[in-house]
Amino acid sequence: MLMNRSLPLAAVQVGEELPERALKPDNVQLFLYNAALWNAHRIHFDEPYATQVEGYPGLVIAGPMLGDWLNQSVEEWLGEEGRLVSISYSNRAACYIGDTVYSGGKVTAVDHASGEIQLEVYIRNEAGEVITPGVAKAVMEV
Amino acid sequence: MTTLLSDELLATIGRQSAPHRELVTRRDIRKYAIATGNRQRKYLDGDQAPPMFHVALFWDVVELDELTPDGVSIDTLLPKFPLEKAMAGGLEIDYFKPVYPGDWLTATRTLTNIYEKHGRSGPLIFYEVDMQIVDDAGTPVIREQTTRLLR
Repeated sequence: MLMNRSLPLAAVQVGEELPERALKPDNVQLFLYNAALWNAHRIHFDEPYATQVEGYPGLVIAGPMLGDWLNQSVEEWLGEEGRLVSISYSNRAACYIGDTVYSGGKVTAVDHASGEIQLEVYIRNEAGEVITPGVAKAVMEV
Repeated sequence: MTTLLSDELLATIGRQSAPHRELVTRRDIRKYAIATGNRQRKYLDGDQAPPMFHVALFWDVVELDELTPDGVSIDTLLPKFPLEKAMAGGLEIDYFKPVYPGDWLTATRTLTNIYEKHGRSGPLIFYEVDMQIVDDAGTPVIREQTTRLLR
């Protein structure tokens, strides 16, 4: 089970990297995600449609699920004493069932007086290309 | 320069959806947390909603005959665009308050902008939708701004 960080705000430095997490969603996870949303778009579950009609190489991982993983990446790093305030990201390129992607990020600014932390976050593919870049803001207790 | 954006299309900027009120339940939180591979107990147990749970909460629950053959529901907030292939999108989310089971939340969506750019592979249309989510006291809980790109 997950271990949250227990380092105090004072130890947070610009350049600190968030732990990278490997994610390899399968059909079952992608199905459950879209079912939880009520998203019936065939590119996520109908492989002949996704490949032959839409021309994708496989079933498309839902864009907002990649966004969710960015949120998780920040929250896991922050732990209970921090709070995610805002996040923004763009889905620049798709990924597919069978792919392994990695979430991660780093601290780009920290204000030790107010507890405000700025981060850059990403989902990258196995080739190292960032497919979902983002930025986040968090606050930790001073 | 020619434009794809007619006055009629641009006049839809400012269009707003009817407020959409939904109940947050432990069961729905649990489903969302599990499906997204969340690793935090408070979310897996449904004690609190994880960030981005609102995406599931406010996804339109439409009837089967309202889905297109490819399984997509038509977003009635949007006008008919002259370009239809949806490309990359971006989201900007502000979290003001945590969300717990039993909360009633209300989302109101507004089409805030439509503009075009000319890329190397042809024209692109961008549109922006702002979603404000408040609790029953009217206190802001989440704000989400979406930018979508069509080609």
